[in-house]
Amino acid sequence: MVRCLRVIWRRMEKNLFKYIWRHSRHEQLIILLLVVVAQVFYFASLNLPKAIVNDGIEGKAFQNQAEVPFLRLSVPVPAFVSESGSVTLFEGIPLTQWPYLVGMSCLFLVMVTVNGLFKKTINTQKGRMGERMLRRLRYELYDRILLFPSAHFRKVKAAELSGMIKDEVEPLGGFIGDAYVQPAFLGGQALTALLFIMLQSVWLGMVVIAVLAVQAFIIPRLRRRILVLSRQRQITARQLAGRIAESVDGIHELHTNATTNYERADIVQRLGTIFKIRFELFQRKFTAKFLNNLLAQTTPFMIYLIGGYLVLFGDMQIGSVVGVLLAYKDLPGPVKELIDWDQQRQDVQQKYEQVAEQFEPDGMLARELQVVPDGPLAPLSGEVVLSNVTVAEDGGAKPIDGVSLAAPLGRRVALVGPPGGGKEVVTQVIARLVRPSGGTVRIGDADLANLPEAVSGARISYVGQDVYLFPVSVRDNILYGLKRRPLKPAVYEGAAQREWGRFFAEARRAGNPELDAGADWIDYEAAGASGAEDIDQRIIEVLRVVEIDEDIYQFGLRGTIDAKARPAVARSILLARDELHARLADPALSALVEPFDRARYNRNMSVAENLLFGVPIDKTFDPDNIAANPHIRAALERVGLTDDLLQMGASIAETMVELFADLPAGHPFFEQFSFIAAEDLPDFRTILTRLAGRSLADLDAAARARLAALPFRYIEARHRLGLIDTAMEERLLAARRAFAENLPAEDADAIEFYDRHSYNSAATLQDNILFGRIVYGQAQGPQRISALIAEVLEGLGLRTAVIEVGLDYNVGVAGKRLSAAQRQKVGLARALVKRPDLLVLNEATALFDNAAQQRLLDTILEACKGRGVIWALSRANLADRFDQVIVLQGGRVAARGAPEELSADKTFADLLAAG
Amino acid sequence: MSIHEEVELLKTVPIFSKIEPAKLKLLAFTSERLTFEPGQEVFHQGDVGDAMYVILGGSADVIIESPAGPIKVAELQRNGFVGETAILCDMPRNATIRAHERLTALKIPKEMLFQLIDQFPQVAIEMMRELAHRVEDMNVKLREARAA
Repeated sequence: MVRCLRVIWRRMEKNLFKYIWRHSRHEQLIILLLVVVAQVFYFASLNLPKAIVNDGIEGKAFQNQAEVPFLRLSVPVPAFVSESGSVTLFEGIPLTQWPYLVGMSCLFLVMVTVNGLFKKTINTQKGRMGERMLRRLRYELYDRILLFPSAHFRKVKAAELSGMIKDEVEPLGGFIGDAYVQPAFLGGQALTALLFIMLQSVWLGMVVIAVLAVQAFIIPRLRRRILVLSRQRQITARQLAGRIAESVDGIHELHTNATTNYERADIVQRLGTIFKIRFELFQRKFTAKFLNNLLAQTTPFMIYLIGGYLVLFGDMQIGSVVGVLLAYKDLPGPVKELIDWDQQRQDVQQKYEQVAEQFEPDGMLARELQVVPDGPLAPLSGEVVLSNVTVAEDGGAKPIDGVSLAAPLGRRVALVGPPGGGKEVVTQVIARLVRPSGGTVRIGDADLANLPEAVSGARISYVGQDVYLFPVSVRDNILYGLKRRPLKPAVYEGAAQREWGRFFAEARRAGNPELDAGADWIDYEAAGASGAEDIDQRIIEVLRVVEIDEDIYQFGLRGTIDAKARPAVARSILLARDELHARLADPALSALVEPFDRARYNRNMSVAENLLFGVPIDKTFDPDNIAANPHIRAALERVGLTDDLLQMGASIAETMVELFADLPAGHPFFEQFSFIAAEDLPDFRTILTRLAGRSLADLDAAARARLAALPFRYIEARHRLGLIDTAMEERLLAARRAFAENLPAEDADAIEFYDRHSYNSAATLQDNILFGRIVYGQAQGPQRISALIAEVLEGLGLRTAVIEVGLDYNVGVAGKRLSAAQRQKVGLARALVKRPDLLVLNEATALFDNAAQQRLLDTILEACKGRGVIWALSRANLADRFDQVIVLQGGRVAARGAPEELSADKTFADLLAAG
Repeated sequence: MSIHEEVELLKTVPIFSKIEPAKLKLLAFTSERLTFEPGQEVFHQGDVGDAMYVILGGSADVIIESPAGPIKVAELQRNGFVGETAILCDMPRNATIRAHERLTALKIPKEMLFQLIDQFPQVAIEMMRELAHRVEDMNVKLREARAA
């Protein structure tokens, strides 16, 4: 399947109008035509009310005849065509007055509807055209970002780029619909009026034209400064967005350096500048408007004066002057709107230019490099050859200078040298992240500079010192390297297929390529799998190589699955639950876990958890606010527990006030052990003082509510206040039953109850296996249980299934839910899963401790046996595992050879000595 | 065991004997009371330590790893404490403690211990007394070893 991206001009079109015309001329012309046709109906309808009043009601037309033709249609023509001056197309239907009135009124209604429909159609068309153009422009801008040279990303801010595409081009969409139609329409109106004036009096016509000319000369001059200002307004606003993003990105620096006020000052400064610009803008805009209005009013003044003069002293008829004045009435409207339109035009034009020039950095990549490949790509072969490669930076520094080296694919090459000696940049050059300013890089017969990205992306993997992860699952991050072209089109049927057809027809109209995000883009074959079924197996193999399988297994245990969507996994987990509980029968282990049992109170769960005996799915039964839940309160009331819990709350409050009274407010014990936050302690002390010697019933409702909320977090085995005896356990169990049995239908989906024989989709895998709580106070309880769970899962062959669930773990924005080491390992897994011909690593394991680094080096080299590896090492003593070692120092190759040959080399020996 | 019973128990431990009951209650409430099965390790030589343990019941062996294999150097009984060296000197555990009989121990985190010593110097005196005994004990053993 060949899908070529349409080649769009290398440079952005500078002129917005040309850009609009190029992409929407057909639509513009159709809309223009619609506008003209609509005018005909509009003017025809203008005459109707007069005819209805005069003829239909007052009956003027019926004074001489009984019947008048209805719907008579005639067009005026020059005298040489017809002597009467018009040609009748339709004679009309002769009607008497009452039917005529009815007919005319109905006609009026029809005309109103027709006009309305025209208006609606024109506006819809305009809107759609604007949206299409906006879509095209936005796509084009995004597309250009993908072609920016990598060096450019050091200069641009992400927030500014996204702001431009999102916000700054937005007003263009509204304008595009009016770009051609508005001036054509208004210009036509204005010219007609002007022509009429000229016909009445050439002199007066000249006067009107002169005033218009002055207007046309002065107003744009007034606007010049406005344009400069609005350009500044746009740039300052964009910079503001960039600065806000910087504050967010660097928030830790702001806090650790206590520079929040410095940042505040900076933002205040910027907002001040923006205000100044915007205020000046308003002043000038309204001044321009005032002058404009003034000039417009000068014209009637001139017509009175000059027209009057001509009537008094010349040969002009008074009727002509009145005619001119009437005609002039129609002129200011269109002219004013034209001027407004022009203002808008200049505004969007400069906005467009502003944006366009930001998207034209020097050295954009050739589009051909990113063409979607036709099919599978042939493996790379031969040697990686750098010939005299130099990289020069902006400042003139040369991180590498005239480096020549050859690394046969299939061999392992180590790059060593002091930090900044050039080894890092060599890997970046081979990974095409840095473009050499001199020399060539070839792989086999291909020049790297012209090699399509699809080829290098498929055949070369690169991992640098810090890996970027997308905010999707671990699995999707690892498979990211396999999505180079849509391999299996999505299947659409029936309505979905038609919808899909419409979607792409519309995409084509907006110049968007027909690439379906819904298709399956994963190149399973490249990963050595046959499809979606066995790809996880390959991922897990790679996870083992980079030693992250244990972490992902832990994610899996903490993860949840929907039992309906994955019944097989849920069944296996239930098997594991049975097995674990069979093992817990062993007296040595039974003390470690208190299993969930509907008929027994669990002393290792809180009161709230005991009452719910299930996992809340949404906020309804959120344990933190459970005390206020009406259904829980009803259940407690039903079994007569309300007062007892209140009493329990009072004793908890008493103990807490006693224990924590002397501790300073910030003491960590509050967070760790207290039911009451430090700042709330005085309130509770007050409540207890008020309570002294009185009954709880005397307290006000608010105080009672606060006390009643305390026991819900109480865990008998942990807090050991001796508040829950056997009798109380029985009553809480009764409340548990009352809660479950009377659960209202609308809350049925808010909680999933524990059931020994079914999988709980709201609970984690681990909780499902354990189906109980780890008992407090058992030494190493959690560790021993987790070892036991691992043993059970291993025994049942379920470890893989758990890892597969762990692969669903979302890594968070920029992978921040993972540790730095985990991120790096996921990055390595992503590089390895596509089985590259050449693996390029730039100190990719430098983050790990020495032992881990050595292990990873061995397993990765083993996994890449028979393929090319170029590895920039942070430690020279790891180089003995490689076939060839190249020492880079000061941007040049200082030594090269097999590791054993190099031992005599002084540079290498020094590096080894340095560790 | 409820917290009240535990407070009563702690009162009988010499190093806590001079602490006022309210503080003892806080200690009981905030400290973990752990049960170790016979053979289970309380901590292992070389581990990083952040807590001291006071033996409330049962007994434990103090074992030091040596090139010749593990040597049992002492036995801990009720009221004994262990693990103070690692938190006082910020060093790894210098011995392995293994439960001999079913052992109950109060785990006192580093900050809690310092706070107790700060507020109740008697705790420090009791600990010093015990440590002095241990030094004396060691000296005796050293003399015997030299003589042999």
